[in-house]
Amino acid sequence: MTRTQTLLLAASLLAGTPALAESTLTIATVNNGDMVVMQKLSSAFEKAHPDIKLRWVVLEENVLRQRVTTDIATRAGQFDVLTIGNYEVPIWAKQNWLEPMDGLPADYDANDLLKTVREGVSRDGKLYALPFYGESAMTYYRKDLFDKAGLTMPEAPTYDEIKGFAAKLTDKANQTYGLCLRGKPGWGENMAYVTTLVDTFGGQWFGEGWKTTIDTPEWKNALTYYTDVLKNYGPPGATSNGFNENLALFASGRCAMWIDSTVAAGLLYDPKQSQVADKVAFAPMPVGSFKGGPTWLWSWDLGIPASSKQKDAAKTFVAWATSKAYVEMVAKENGWVAVPPGTRQSTYTSPDYQKAAPFAGFVLKAIDSANPNGQTKNPRPYTGAQFVAIPEFQGIGTQVGQTVAATLTGQQTIDAALKAAQSATERTMRQAGYPK
Amino acid sequence: MSTLTTPAPAPAKGRRFNGLPFLGPSVTVLLIWMIVPLVMTVWFSLQRYNLLDPTVTGFAGIDNYEFLVTDPDFWASLTNTLLLVGSVLVITVVGGTLLAVLFDQPFPGRNVARLFAIAPFFVMPTVAALIWKNLMMHPIYGVFGAVARALGLPAIDWFAEYPLLSVILIVSWEWLPFALLILLTAVQSLDREQLEAARMDGAGALAQFFYIVLPHLSRAISVVVMIETIFLLTVFAEIYVTTAGGPGNATTNLAFLIYARALLQYDVGGASAGGVVAIVLANIVAFFLVRTIARRLEV
Amino acid sequence: MVKQSLPKRIGIAVLGWGAAFVLFFPLLWMLLTSLKSEPEAVNPSLTFTPTLQSYGEVLARADYLSFALNSVVISVGGTILALALAIPAAYVMAFHPTKRTRSTLLWMLSTKMLPSVGVLVPIYLVFRTLGLLDTWTGLIVVYTLMNLPIVVWMLFTFFKEVPHDILEAGRMDGARTGAEVWYLLLPLTLPGVASTGLLSLILCWNEAFWSLNLTSSAAAPLTAFIASFSSPQGLFFAKLSAASTVAVAPILVFGWLSQRQLVRGLTFGAVK
Repeated sequence: MTRTQTLLLAASLLAGTPALAESTLTIATVNNGDMVVMQKLSSAFEKAHPDIKLRWVVLEENVLRQRVTTDIATRAGQFDVLTIGNYEVPIWAKQNWLEPMDGLPADYDANDLLKTVREGVSRDGKLYALPFYGESAMTYYRKDLFDKAGLTMPEAPTYDEIKGFAAKLTDKANQTYGLCLRGKPGWGENMAYVTTLVDTFGGQWFGEGWKTTIDTPEWKNALTYYTDVLKNYGPPGATSNGFNENLALFASGRCAMWIDSTVAAGLLYDPKQSQVADKVAFAPMPVGSFKGGPTWLWSWDLGIPASSKQKDAAKTFVAWATSKAYVEMVAKENGWVAVPPGTRQSTYTSPDYQKAAPFAGFVLKAIDSANPNGQTKNPRPYTGAQFVAIPEFQGIGTQVGQTVAATLTGQQTIDAALKAAQSATERTMRQAGYPK
Repeated sequence: MSTLTTPAPAPAKGRRFNGLPFLGPSVTVLLIWMIVPLVMTVWFSLQRYNLLDPTVTGFAGIDNYEFLVTDPDFWASLTNTLLLVGSVLVITVVGGTLLAVLFDQPFPGRNVARLFAIAPFFVMPTVAALIWKNLMMHPIYGVFGAVARALGLPAIDWFAEYPLLSVILIVSWEWLPFALLILLTAVQSLDREQLEAARMDGAGALAQFFYIVLPHLSRAISVVVMIETIFLLTVFAEIYVTTAGGPGNATTNLAFLIYARALLQYDVGGASAGGVVAIVLANIVAFFLVRTIARRLEV
Repeated sequence: MVKQSLPKRIGIAVLGWGAAFVLFFPLLWMLLTSLKSEPEAVNPSLTFTPTLQSYGEVLARADYLSFALNSVVISVGGTILALALAIPAAYVMAFHPTKRTRSTLLWMLSTKMLPSVGVLVPIYLVFRTLGLLDTWTGLIVVYTLMNLPIVVWMLFTFFKEVPHDILEAGRMDGARTGAEVWYLLLPLTLPGVASTGLLSLILCWNEAFWSLNLTSSAAAPLTAFIASFSSPQGLFFAKLSAASTVAVAPILVFGWLSQRQLVRGLTFGAVK
């Protein structure tokens, strides 16, 4: 070895020592409110772990999903932590794309995670991602408007009753609309809602042997109801309203009722984010002709791709962001009403949370009793409440979602739309090789 | 080899010129840029290949192409592509010409006004689409809706009622300034004496415009049409942000259809078949349109 | 020029300013909305108390300077590389054309008409293998190739305007081809080259497909910055407008400052 080489080696050793211990994590996440808070509070994590640096990629949901799916499917390894839903976790775990979450710190207390949510991110009894927040669905309504109109929301409303209320509460001159629902096309937007509506009207996506069952009377009834209430009592521009847009509409007092995810409660009851914080009330999800079908369950989870080169550091971060301590930190910074809901038993047993969030017990019960694997009226070969747990559903759901949106704008009749959706779905399923 | 008697402008006089070292780099990188993805695309288009499901493999033959051309959305997307390109071209060329003539007239603050008028061209398509969707055309929060309500009219839900027209409007807004800029340059180089002479001969404003200004602009218009066509064939961000191709397939152009198949279903085989069709289409357009225009440009 | 009557001159001024106002209005509204508070922003009205609050929140959430720096590096890099490749090519095409020149040029332009989405997966796989994902080099390469056809074509039209005799004279003096291009051709066509570069710069800055798909954080430009504000939870109009304003402002100001140059270059070549 020449002297120069020795010197170079020594220099690189000297320079390399601190670099070896240090890792930089690239975290891909959605630009939803709770994740933005996580990004803000992550400086505390960096302070506690000086050897781990964080880099954030915050994107809109659709763009994010497209980026992380391309990345993980091609094993490009650009991200160390992914924000994914309980739709992706089991599918990706099956492909061995995700790192199993074992060896968590002792104080993590995985048994504190709500059972239904925990099962949603597990495969064969092993966790493949950790839940950041979880949700079921419920009906939000404006107590003041109901009182003014002399109406009372029943304990367990039916869709017929909801339609009657919507008709009475709609006041277009004052830009108050009876019922807001998701209309923006997408498998995670309008189709999440429409799927639950179809279920409770007795329908489903696929029957035995993966036979597509869209062009059926059940779907027709559900869609007739959906287009009818949205056209007559919904806000204008319904086809561009997803969860976020409806949240903005309800929070600014434009909706009398809104049926959507339970996570909105924390925002609607927060006077800093909502102009109707003192006027909002809630009821369960309405039911149609078929009761006891699968119920809505969604969680946003943090997972680690198998292609990550810094799995240990990534695990440290994921455990931190989904820990009890993190929930308490958010409570201290932003108030208990703003903590990420729906993941931990301990959040709901906290007296502070119960005091700040009047909906806490209700949401806990909704999530605890959520049964995404419940049976539809007729037997079905798939699981999932507001989605179908197969990889092809992203594409199918979005395409059918567009067709459903076209019935809202009147570009297609319901019959024509169902026929088109049926044939498009059959095509895709055939192309994908079903029945498997 | 040309001789000295050949009239100018003649190519490569005197010695034999070897252009390869100069042209080579550009052609090579573009060839690689085109051939590598092209070969991969053609190869994938003959395979069963879904990113989300590695168990789906094998030779697909022409299945992916058959699947594509039997897709009812495919033909709609071709129609939408042509409608979008055609309408935007007409709007920007006609509007650009009128604006160019207008901005050629002297008026106070003309230079500042021109700066404002060309501003949209510098705006990213994503931002343009977001502004139009949320701040202009939104039926509740948007300016258009507010104006309509102030006039006692119902607010128009643009993206639901006139989806393709809305996209055309946004894209035209982005490209009109470009047309204006190029056509204004051309108008300003117009021979004033010729116009003056025409006026002396008693030609009206319209006659002057059609017989002198328009013929003079034909070359500039060709430039506008050619550059815009290249970009308009692949319009994507504006559709992605505003309508995501809907409602139904009302605003799905070919680029968006490929996106929907490739990145929503992760069906690389099917998307590659779409890519190959797009390449063929691009070459057909290049053949007809660019050839006719290029002739006018004396290429 | 004959003097026009007063009513006609007023009419022209009104029309001209009206057109400018209509075209600029969406951007003006974006600027106004960015100065509102979130609850005011959903209300299309002109009465509000201006506040810089949204700018504060946007800048606190994302490292604007790092995004902007990436945009600058990638756009400038892509433009310089494209010019470096295109100048020799356009020179040959303009001064030493052969039978194949025309079809080469048309072929180059046709590569631009292919929708990027069609080749995303192949390019992504190649970039992964070469380690170019989320790097400046990767995006510079893509942007160079993306704009090369237009750059070659524009330069070609400018070069063609140069009288052959001038270059001939230089060649008689024994100038080598490189020197001929550098000392004779480029100074003569500088306005054209500059306006080509400006156009390429604008196109690079505004490109939103490759930049979103091939970068994650280290090389992510302003288009990715916008994507994180595009449809978030809660009221977001003011923040969206503020983020859009800071993303558009640099290139808009740059465009305004250089528009004379852009126009001068265009007069020189294709459009004359």
